[in-house]
Amino acid sequence: MSSSLLRSSALRSALRATAPATCTRAGLAGATFVRGKATLPDLPYDYGALEPNISGRIMELHHKKHHQTYVTSLNNFSEQMAEAKHKDDVKSQIALQPMINFHGGGHINHSLFWENLAPTSSGGGEPPTGALASAINDSYGSLESLKEKFNAALAGIQGSGWAWLVQDTQTGSISIKTYANQDPVVGQFRPILGIDAWEHAYYLDYENRKAEYFKAVWNVVNWKAAEARLK
Amino acid sequence: MELHHSKHHQTYITNLNAALKKQAEAVHASDITTQVSLQQAIRFNAGGHINHSLFWQNLAPTSSSDAKLSAAPNLVKHIKTTWGDEDKFREAFKAALLGIQGSGWGWLVKTETGTEQRLSIVTTKDQDPPVGGEVPILGVDMWEHAYYLQYLNGKPAYVDNIWNVINWKTAEERYLGARADAFKVLKASI
Ligand SMILES: [Fe+2]
Ligand SMILES: [Fe+2]
Ligand SMILES: [Fe+2]
Repeated sequence: MSSSLLRSSALRSALRATAPATCTRAGLAGATFVRGKATLPDLPYDYGALEPNISGRIMELHHKKHHQTYVTSLNNFSEQMAEAKHKDDVKSQIALQPMINFHGGGHINHSLFWENLAPTSSGGGEPPTGALASAINDSYGSLESLKEKFNAALAGIQGSGWAWLVQDTQTGSISIKTYANQDPVVGQFRPILGIDAWEHAYYLDYENRKAEYFKAVWNVVNWKAAEARLK
Repeated sequence: MELHHSKHHQTYITNLNAALKKQAEAVHASDITTQVSLQQAIRFNAGGHINHSLFWQNLAPTSSSDAKLSAAPNLVKHIKTTWGDEDKFREAFKAALLGIQGSGWGWLVKTETGTEQRLSIVTTKDQDPPVGGEVPILGVDMWEHAYYLQYLNGKPAYVDNIWNVINWKTAEERYLGARADAFKVLKASI
């Protein structure tokens, strides 16, 4: 209980928007234009806790290096964006948008991903219950059938990207969608469960045998976290 | 290299052949919907085949004389007039490669406008191949599978070290040749 509360508050603070600071006209070059900075959230489990499905080596690199790079770059580009806004420099703001989308997306996606995984000793792989279980049965017939379709979606990604179980904010219904690169789930859809299909997510363990990774990852899916995201 | 060639490249070829077979059937059956739905799979897998075929040819062992810049006198001259010097060219290429968001490729290409020949650095996403009319001179695979086992997240080191194994002889030949010449290897292997 308390640990899950900690987890979501850690996520919230990690995802805290980087609000532009009100800066005075006297602001000089080198001044900080961004107040809140994105931070790397702690993992809610040890690096080795998802073995043998995902190795500790992958988890450590993935969290400490890859995710950290997204956080660092997001803060860097947010700072530039705030500066461009301050200067009413629309061209720079437009040029910076893809960088915010990519690095901000990388930060959001990974933050959600860590939370929707769990060691088997803490409920990883235990099937969903409640409203999410009903929604899955209604839409896919069974959890097995959802996993099959989800894995087909993952396998069909051409390049780097993510597959998500999403909820349509208009109709409330759930579906599987894939997103290229670090495009985040925003707008009409709400992220419920995401799986990273970038090669860095599995290559050290599974090499080119990505189907084996897609199969194994279900053993450490935290359906409780997914359920909590459903509205 | 072994995984990259015998598994990844092979998978593109296997999937391309499967898609081409389905397409031939769809053409035979005048089934236009199926033909259109196969296009993305053909583009992706054919692109993977084309890109990797070009890539293997434009690499060479460091010890080989082909891996020396002196193997590409005409190309190097043109690089110098375009970017100032080799280091500036390498910096520009590195920036382009590291700027790729997700999987993709970086290319040095030659374009011809009238009698003028220009060099430029372009990137293509995923397995999009350089088939827009330009002559591909050098390609660098920026998919994570190309470097992850060796460099992990150290992508800049992969990019720095790729220069030690560039086949400048192949690059020179592609530079001097026509567009069709660069793709010769492909005709032979299909
Ligand atoms: Fe990732
Ligand atoms: Fe791959
Ligand atoms: Fe490759």
